[in-house]
Amino acid sequence: MSAHSVTEPTRLSKSIAAVLVAVYALITLLPLLWIISTGFKSGPDSISYPPKVVFAPSLEGYVNLFTTRTRIGAEQFAALPPPETWYDRIVRQSGTVIAGQSRFGERFLNSVIIGFGSTFLSIFLGTLAAYAFSRFRVPLKDDLLFFILSTRMMPPIAVAIPIYLMYRELGLSDTHLGMILLYTAVNISLAVWLLKGFIDEIPREYEEAALIDGYTRFQAFRKVVLPQAATGIASTAIFCLIFAWNEYAFAVLLTSGNAQTAPPFIPTIIGVGGQDWPAVAAGATLFLLPVMIFTILLRKHLLRGITFGAVRK
Amino acid sequence: MAEIVIRNLRKEFGAFTAVQGSSFTIADGEFFMLLGPSGCGKTTTLRMIAGLELPTSGEILIDGEDVSQRPASQRDIAMVFQMFALYPHMTVRRNISYPLVSQGLPRAQVQAKVAEVARILGISDILDKSVGGLSGGDRQRVALGRAIVRNPKAFMMDEPLGALDAEFREHMAEELRALHDRMRATTVYVTHDQLEAMQMGDKIVVMNHGVVEQFGTPQQIYDHPASLFVADFIGSPAMNFLAFHGAVQAGETEVDLGGVRLALPEVQEAASPRDLVLGVRPEHVTLSDSAPYRGRILASEYLGTTQIITLDCPHGRVKARAPSGQGVRSGETVGLSFRAETLALFDAASGRALRTAANRGVHHG
Ligand SMILES: Nc1ncnc2c1ncn2[C@@H]1O[C@H](COP(=O)(O)OP(=O)(O)OP(=O)(O)O)[C@@H](O)[C@H]1O
Ligand SMILES: [Mg+2]
Repeated sequence: MSAHSVTEPTRLSKSIAAVLVAVYALITLLPLLWIISTGFKSGPDSISYPPKVVFAPSLEGYVNLFTTRTRIGAEQFAALPPPETWYDRIVRQSGTVIAGQSRFGERFLNSVIIGFGSTFLSIFLGTLAAYAFSRFRVPLKDDLLFFILSTRMMPPIAVAIPIYLMYRELGLSDTHLGMILLYTAVNISLAVWLLKGFIDEIPREYEEAALIDGYTRFQAFRKVVLPQAATGIASTAIFCLIFAWNEYAFAVLLTSGNAQTAPPFIPTIIGVGGQDWPAVAAGATLFLLPVMIFTILLRKHLLRGITFGAVRK
Repeated sequence: MAEIVIRNLRKEFGAFTAVQGSSFTIADGEFFMLLGPSGCGKTTTLRMIAGLELPTSGEILIDGEDVSQRPASQRDIAMVFQMFALYPHMTVRRNISYPLVSQGLPRAQVQAKVAEVARILGISDILDKSVGGLSGGDRQRVALGRAIVRNPKAFMMDEPLGALDAEFREHMAEELRALHDRMRATTVYVTHDQLEAMQMGDKIVVMNHGVVEQFGTPQQIYDHPASLFVADFIGSPAMNFLAFHGAVQAGETEVDLGGVRLALPEVQEAASPRDLVLGVRPEHVTLSDSAPYRGRILASEYLGTTQIITLDCPHGRVKARAPSGQGVRSGETVGLSFRAETLALFDAASGRALRTAANRGVHHG
């Protein structure tokens, strides 16, 4: 059936389509489901072969994610008072005791600050720049737009060494501000181009009506243009956030103690006696949540946004 | 309400001149039409008056004050856009109240004014709807409501009926004119429809290629076009043109068309031998067997009470408006007589109407 078919889809073709979509969704979601389920497995279950699809759920991975543990001698272990909390109990089962908090919470918070901070900054600057490019006679407009885009023509990591040196010189290495600025610099070209497209589609008459109704240019921008660009802003924000949230290479290179984000941290979660897969999976699961929630919240806009205004009225 | 004076107004977009030195005056309370074909600079002129476009040179005086370099928000003018430009993310009520909110009016007063405007326009029942689903007529009314709600100095309307279908247009045109008659607000109205301009306007400016061709009342413009362009643009069917070569002296009351002498209003300026054009409206042509100027009937078009007869004459095609009862046979050769006092004489090269006793006092651009 062609995309331009004018006949109503039959019931059969509808059910075939539904099955195809379900199968496709299953295939793409399988790794995700695997990660989520691994997060709830016990250590031995997570590496058993053949892999276990049905297993006794355990919060061990999550507890391990947020704690550091040590193994103590058998006598000492026996002499311990009974566990006080549910997580103490889980840890005891593997013959260890909690030694302290892990740094996951901190890293996660860093990711939130840097990811959302740079997204906000990219959108803020991008919207203003896109509006100016869309509405005003900017000298050398086309050249500037090309120049802005050209920053994306090489992989950002190609400039890693100069940035590393520059950041060290400026004291921006391993700081939140440094990472926010860096991700903003990478994202802003995308933001300006996407947002300019969306703003171009908003007829000028709306702002002009507002100007005539006694509003200043900035008020017209805020009260009339912004609400109508909401779709574009939302979808651009999602793209920006996904990049900043998942960025790995710069984070490895430029952050360590203070401003390290979750992506370089998660793979380094090592349990007592080898890679702690349930904890890694638990970390990955939690790491997924913010982007997922953000996307779901903005989904209504995103679906309209990624058609790039083709059906906007 | 206000008087608007336009002096030598000019607008260039890069190398292109959209408006070249317009001058005219819009009296207080007038319904003023900016008329011309597509691309002649009507919208540009209107936008300069509203403050959405700054003129390259020239003056715009509103109530005697030069506002030509002021932003739109400080001119106290309301505008109805061609596609209405209602704020799509607001309800009808918010759309109409928006101009008042910018003035910081208290809520109760805003609500009262909106209610009053809605009553005048008959849209009280749709105030809480979103503007998305409204019909063309209702959108039009909301746009008008947004314009009249704050008592501006003047209204600008850019082809406000252009987006409506033909049937509804007539109705809205009447409604608009009635509204104007009630409010007596200075209104500048852009249209390319000469019938609309003639029906609704107190005064008309006819523009072409950025130049004001003529400025006057509908009757002056219809009866005494200042140029070939205006004569051709106004009226349906347009004025007939008989092209001939000749010279005229001041004081003459006849011209010679291929040996036939035709009377016309006394010419008041001399013209050396050159290409001239005699203009006559179809309703001022009568067919009579005795007339010396002859033409062959090509066709006739039945219009109910009248018919339009097309004739082939030695100096060009002529259309005559005649009672539909008059029997005509195509192919027949008949005489044509023209009502002398209505004739106009144009210089073919410049297109300008020569001064005669009839068109004295007509404003050229
Ligand atoms: N911002 C602009 N930049 C460059 N040229 C422009 C601009 N605005 C208008 N023009 C040109 O100026 C001329 C007059 O435009 P304008 O919109 O005033 O015409 P108009 O009489 O309103 O025509 P229409 O009946 O088609 O609306 C046109 O040739 C148009 O292309
Ligand atoms: Mg126009």
